Amino acid sequence: MSTGAARDRAMMLRDGFAGQGAEVIDCAILQPAETLLDLYGEDIRARAYVTQDPARGERMLRPDFTVPVVQMHMAEGAEPARYTYAGEVFRRQEDHPERASEYLQVGFEVFDRADPEAADAEVFVAIRDALGALPVRAVTGDIGVLTAAVAGLDTSEARRAALMRHIWRPKRFRALLARYAGKTPVPEGRAALLAAADPMAGAGPLIGLRSREEIAARIETLRADAAEPPIAKSEIEMIDELLSVAETCPFALEHLKHIAMDFPVLRDAVARFERRCDALSARGVDVDALMFEASYGRTSMEYYDGFVFGFGAEARPDLPPVASGGRYDALTARLGAGRSIPAVGGVIRPDLTLMLECGV
Amino acid sequence: MSVKLGVPSKGRLMQKTFDWFGARGITLARTGSEREYAGRVDGIDNVQLVLLSASEVPRELAAGRIHLGVTGTDLVREKLVQWDQKVEPLAELGFGEANLIVAVPQAWVDVDTLDDLDAAAAAFRARHGFRLRIATKYHRLVREYLREGGVADYALVDSQGATEGTVKNLTAEAIADITSSGDTLRANHLKVLREAPILESQATLFRARRAELSDDARATLAELIQKLGL
Repeated sequence: MSTGAARDRAMMLRDGFAGQGAEVIDCAILQPAETLLDLYGEDIRARAYVTQDPARGERMLRPDFTVPVVQMHMAEGAEPARYTYAGEVFRRQEDHPERASEYLQVGFEVFDRADPEAADAEVFVAIRDALGALPVRAVTGDIGVLTAAVAGLDTSEARRAALMRHIWRPKRFRALLARYAGKTPVPEGRAALLAAADPMAGAGPLIGLRSREEIAARIETLRADAAEPPIAKSEIEMIDELLSVAETCPFALEHLKHIAMDFPVLRDAVARFERRCDALSARGVDVDALMFEASYGRTSMEYYDGFVFGFGAEARPDLPPVASGGRYDALTARLGAGRSIPAVGGVIRPDLTLMLECGV
Repeated sequence: MSVKLGVPSKGRLMQKTFDWFGARGITLARTGSEREYAGRVDGIDNVQLVLLSASEVPRELAAGRIHLGVTGTDLVREKLVQWDQKVEPLAELGFGEANLIVAVPQAWVDVDTLDDLDAAAAAFRARHGFRLRIATKYHRLVREYLREGGVADYALVDSQGATEGTVKNLTAEAIADITSSGDTLRANHLKVLREAPILESQATLFRARRAELSDDARATLAELIQKLGL
């Protein structure tokens, strides 16, 4: 439960963001479950509280503010916009019962088309400044570098789409990549199925909604995939090398530039990273000491698609990040009914800032 | 204070449990009329038989209201978060064996693995506008298994019984359920994915880790465990 002290801190942080020009907003605690289930799939049920309303159907206690803030902005917001909010979020903690399931979050979100890298830096610096002198360490990353690499793979569109779909599931991504590289044995009986003149012969009665035509379409996809040459070793190695980048920003930038020499598809993403480093530097961030990890942010909630960052307590690696955030352009498109806008934001946990100040 | 032993109150599971204890010199029996849920324990003093539904045994163990309980591993894993901190398995009883599996229509010749299921789910969602539905009553176990297997674009729909019929009734596209022989699946034109099962379950005797015990109850429990040869 959130204490009075955490609540006071939350209001103070929110007022701080408001002082930098952000509009103070609020969102309902009970959100329609459908939107969140559509975005995150069934996995979110393990992380959020779902409740039943006899008239409105399934509702979810808001697991974060980002989705309702994006919905609100897309429906009625003027551009550009800066928002701040403070309030409880609710997370089930099945794997970590010792962690809080109800806590305050203070957020700062920027919807601005003008200069995305400058907006990245603005949000990062606003969050960093709000944390003050706390003993925290920042890590940054960029999901956009990996998506650029996948989008540029010399393979079929179907394979690229499948990899994109699993960018946020590292284990599954890795398994797919191994299969497309020809390193995984084909399931038993698969060759015979694909060679069969009538694969459905002797399959038994068809029951359920999935039609004969859909099964046939998937078999065609499998046939096309079987005819596709494996993804080149050099490209697999490029992805491996990319994901292993974990060093301070200047070294990471050099490393990525080096990779991009052989893989020009990465150039735009690397140029964005460089512009962001410059923008952070211009705002007084010591970029030479700032960590960049290419795989950072891949296992959290799957809406960040560009810059990502987190501030962790140096002496308490067991705690969740004290603050985190990132860019979610694609989310605005998903929720925008045909419209989209570049957006980036971050949140702070006031309870954890208090805990660290007390030296716990 | 007596040691409370929770045993399924009905059917084959109850009878087999009685047999298992009987073979080890502890006679369990129902008393009173056929409809009355009361029981007796012979062969050891100070043990009280508690007859209850197998699905309630995990909860009662976790709460410490019974000290020992017989139920399926599947129910313990599904119903208890961090089950191994709440109960300790003392013995697998060798009956009630069943696997929790994912099954799809036999006619889905293109789906044999979780990888296939994920691809089918993606295409299904794109075409039908909703996520591929999997009927089950084991929500937590199935969700964990599918997340581990990297399956996305599915939705779990609750089915507390006759789950094998949901596909034909168009309320689900696939199911996740307990099966022992597979006969019911086959009769309903379903096949099991060629993957390791979500869980291999059987009737198991569990001890509640957090149940309070007086000194005499502790002695009784030790005596019972010794008599059972555990």
